Amino acid sequence: MHLAYPAVLSALLFCTGLYGVLARRNAILVLMSVELMLNAVNLNLVAFDVWLSRAAEETLHSGQALTLFTITIAAAEIGIGLAIVLAVHRNRGTADIDRLRDTAESHDLDSPDSDALAATPSEKAEATA
Amino acid sequence: MTTTTLAALVPLLPFLGAAAGLLLGRTAPGFVRPLAVLPTLASLVLAAVVAVRQGGGKAIDAATELTPTGSVPIDLALHIDGFAALVAVLVGVVATCVQIYSTGYLRDDSRYPSYAALVSLFTSAMLLVVYSGDLMVLLVGWEIMGICSYFLVGHYWETPEARAASLKAFLVTKLGDVPFLIGLFALAADAGSFRITRILSTVADGGLDQPTLIALLLLAGVAGKSAQFPLHTWLPDAMAGPTPVSALIHAATMVAAGVYFVARLLPVFEASQAAMVVLAVMAAVTMTGSGLAALAQDDIKRVLAYSTIGQLGYMTGALAVADRGAAVFHLISHGAFKALLFLAAGVIIHAAGTNSLAAMSRMGGLRARVPDAFWTMTVALLALAAIPPFSGFFSKESVLGAAEQAITGHAQGVPGAAGWIVLVAGLVTALLTAAYAMRLWLLAFNGRGTEAPDHGRQPRTMTVVLWVLAVPSLAFGAFAYRVLPDWFGGGDLAPTVATSVLGTGVSLVGGIVTYAAWRHTTSPAARIPLGAVAAHPEADAAQVEAEAIASHAPAYGGVAAAPDPADPGRLLLGPLHRHAAVGFHLDGVYRALFVRPVQAAAGLVRFLDREVVDTYVRGAGALPRWLGIAVRRAQTGNVQTYVSALLAGTVVLAVAAVLFATGA
Repeated sequence: MHLAYPAVLSALLFCTGLYGVLARRNAILVLMSVELMLNAVNLNLVAFDVWLSRAAEETLHSGQALTLFTITIAAAEIGIGLAIVLAVHRNRGTADIDRLRDTAESHDLDSPDSDALAATPSEKAEATA
Repeated sequence: MTTTTLAALVPLLPFLGAAAGLLLGRTAPGFVRPLAVLPTLASLVLAAVVAVRQGGGKAIDAATELTPTGSVPIDLALHIDGFAALVAVLVGVVATCVQIYSTGYLRDDSRYPSYAALVSLFTSAMLLVVYSGDLMVLLVGWEIMGICSYFLVGHYWETPEARAASLKAFLVTKLGDVPFLIGLFALAADAGSFRITRILSTVADGGLDQPTLIALLLLAGVAGKSAQFPLHTWLPDAMAGPTPVSALIHAATMVAAGVYFVARLLPVFEASQAAMVVLAVMAAVTMTGSGLAALAQDDIKRVLAYSTIGQLGYMTGALAVADRGAAVFHLISHGAFKALLFLAAGVIIHAAGTNSLAAMSRMGGLRARVPDAFWTMTVALLALAAIPPFSGFFSKESVLGAAEQAITGHAQGVPGAAGWIVLVAGLVTALLTAAYAMRLWLLAFNGRGTEAPDHGRQPRTMTVVLWVLAVPSLAFGAFAYRVLPDWFGGGDLAPTVATSVLGTGVSLVGGIVTYAAWRHTTSPAARIPLGAVAAHPEADAAQVEAEAIASHAPAYGGVAAAPDPADPGRLLLGPLHRHAAVGFHLDGVYRALFVRPVQAAAGLVRFLDREVVDTYVRGAGALPRWLGIAVRRAQTGNVQTYVSALLAGTVVLAVAAVLFATGA
C-alpha cells in the first residue's frame, strides 16, 4: 500500500478534529475531536514506521511503540477530561464552552467569590483542551 | 605641667565635659550638674594659671603638624599672647557663671542635660578660637560656635519665635562665613601658611598681594559673627533663647570671637587703608543705629541685645583706629557687665513674669522683690553708660582716646577719617547708651501700679553669680587701665581729660534727658492698663521666660515694641520710634532682597519638578500601560479563541520555516 493513502486519511482525520475543536460548543464533542486529532497522529506514526522499516535492515518499530504510549495517555487524558466536564456540568448545569469564560479579563474587579472558585474547573478544562 | 600642656587642657576640659554630659545625660542624671560646672570651672582655673605664667611677656607658641596636606600645612598650634591669656580668663569666668546660674535657671527643664553639654561645647569652641595659633583650627572653633548657637537659641523650640531665631542666627552667620573662608584661603595662599605668627611676619614684610580684598572678605565673617551692620539682625532675634545663653553669646563667646579675630590679625587689616575706613563706617553705623533701636525696644532682653551690638561697635571702632589694646580692654570689661546685665534680666523676667518693659513699668515693688538683681543691675547699667568710676567708663574712654589719637595723627597708618568717624559716632552712642540704660532702669525698677507678684526667693545659684560679676563691673576698669598696657604691649589706655569730660558729659545729658522724659510721661502711665504675665509664675525661670517670649507678640502686637504711650523712648525718638522699633526695616530689606527671591526660586523648582519632570515620568509609564490594556483585551476567556490563535501561529511558523528551508 502506498504511503499516500494513510497520510491523506490522517490529514483528513486531523482536519476534522481541528474543526471540531474550534467549532463545537459542547465540551464533550470538543474532547471527542481531540481524540480524532490524536488518532490521526497515531495513524501517521504507524504508517511512517511501516514505510521506513521496510527499507531498513533492522528496526525497533519505535513508531508503533510510541503509538501504544499515545493511546494509553489519551485514555488517561479523556478520563480526566470527562470527569472535569462532569464536574463543570454539575456545578453550572451546562457544558457549553462559550459560557465558561471566567478567565476572561474583566474590567470590574469586584467580581463575586463564587466566580473565582468556579474558575478552577474551567481552567483545567482549558488545559485539557 | 608645662604651660603648653595646661593651655591645651583649657579648651579640652569643657569639650570632654560636653561629651560626657551628652553620653551620660539620660542614664545618670545625677552627674549632669557636676559635669556641666566642674570642667568649666577647672578650665577657668587653668586659664588663670596660663595667664599668670604668660604674664604679658613673650607669646607662647607651640605647634604640632596635624597631617601633611601637600600644600599649605595645617598645624595644631597654640599662640598665647597677653590678649589670648586675658580673653580666655574672661571666657572662663563668664562661662562658669553661666553654668552655675543655669543650674538654677533651668532647674526643672527636661532638656537641661543637652543644654548644659552644648554650653560646655560652646565654651570649649570659644577657648579654642582664643588660643589657636592656626587659622584653620580657629575656623573649627568658629563654626562649632555657629552650630551651638543654633541649638541653644532654639532651646525653647516649642515657640515659633525660637525656631525662626535659631535658623536666622545660623543662616546669617553662615552668610558671613562663606566670604570669611575664602578670605582665609586667600590669606594663607599669600602667606604660605595658616599659622598666625607666619601670616603676621608676611604682612610685616609687605607680602600680601591683595590686602584690601582679603581684609574685606574677612570682615564679612567678622560682621556676621560679631553682629555688626549689616549682618547684625540675628542678634536681637536670638533673644528668643534662654537668658543664660544670651549672656554667654553676648558677653564672652560668639560675638566676641569676631572682634578678637580682628584684634589678632590687626596688621592684615592695617595693610589696607580702605579696609580700616570700611571698618570705621561699619562701627559707626552699627553704634548709632543700635543705640536708637535699643531706645525703642520693649523686650528687656532686646534692649540689652541692641546694646551689645552697640558696644561691639565700640570695639570695632577701636580696631578701626588700630588700637587693639583698647578694643580688647572694652571686650573684657563689656564681657563682665553684659553677662551681669543678662543674668540680672533673667532674674527680673522670672520675678515679674514678663519680659515687657511696658508691663514692668506698671508693676510696683519689683525692686523690693529682687534686691540682688536691682543693685547689681544698677552697677552694670552705670558701667554700660560709662559713668566713672565703673569699668565701662575706662574701657570706653580708651576707645575714644584711641580715636582722638588717630585724629591728631599720633597713631601710625590710620586714616584720620576713621578717627573722626569713630569719635563722633562714639560720642553720639555714649549719649544714646546712657539714655536707653536710664530708660531700662526707670521702667524696670520704678514702676507704679499693682504690686509685683511674689514668687518667693530667687534660687541662690542665680543671685550669688550676680554679685560675683558685679565686682569686675565695678572695679575692673580702674584697676586694669594701669595694668593692661603691660599685657597688651601697646599704648596707654588711661583716659584723657578731653574725651573723659566730653564722654561723661554726653552720658549725663542722655541720662538726665531720659529722666525728664520719664517724669513727663509717667503720670499717664498709670491710667493706661497694659501687660500680660506668665501663666505659671511658680514654675522655674526658664519656663516663665519661654511663656513670656511666646506671649509677647499676641499681647503687644510684636516681638519688639509695645503700644505704650507712656514710654519715654517714644517721646525722645518721636517719629523715629516706629522705625527704630523694627530695627530700621533691615529685616524687611533682607526679606525683599534675599528671602523673596529664594522663595520664588523654590517655587520655580517645585513647578519644574511637579510639572516638567513628573510629566516625562508619567509619559514614560503611559505607553506600557496602553500596551497592557491592549493585550488584556485578547484574554476573552474563550478557549476556542486561544486554540485558533495557536493554530494561526503554528501555520505562520510552518510557512516561515518552509520558506526559509527552500531559500525563497
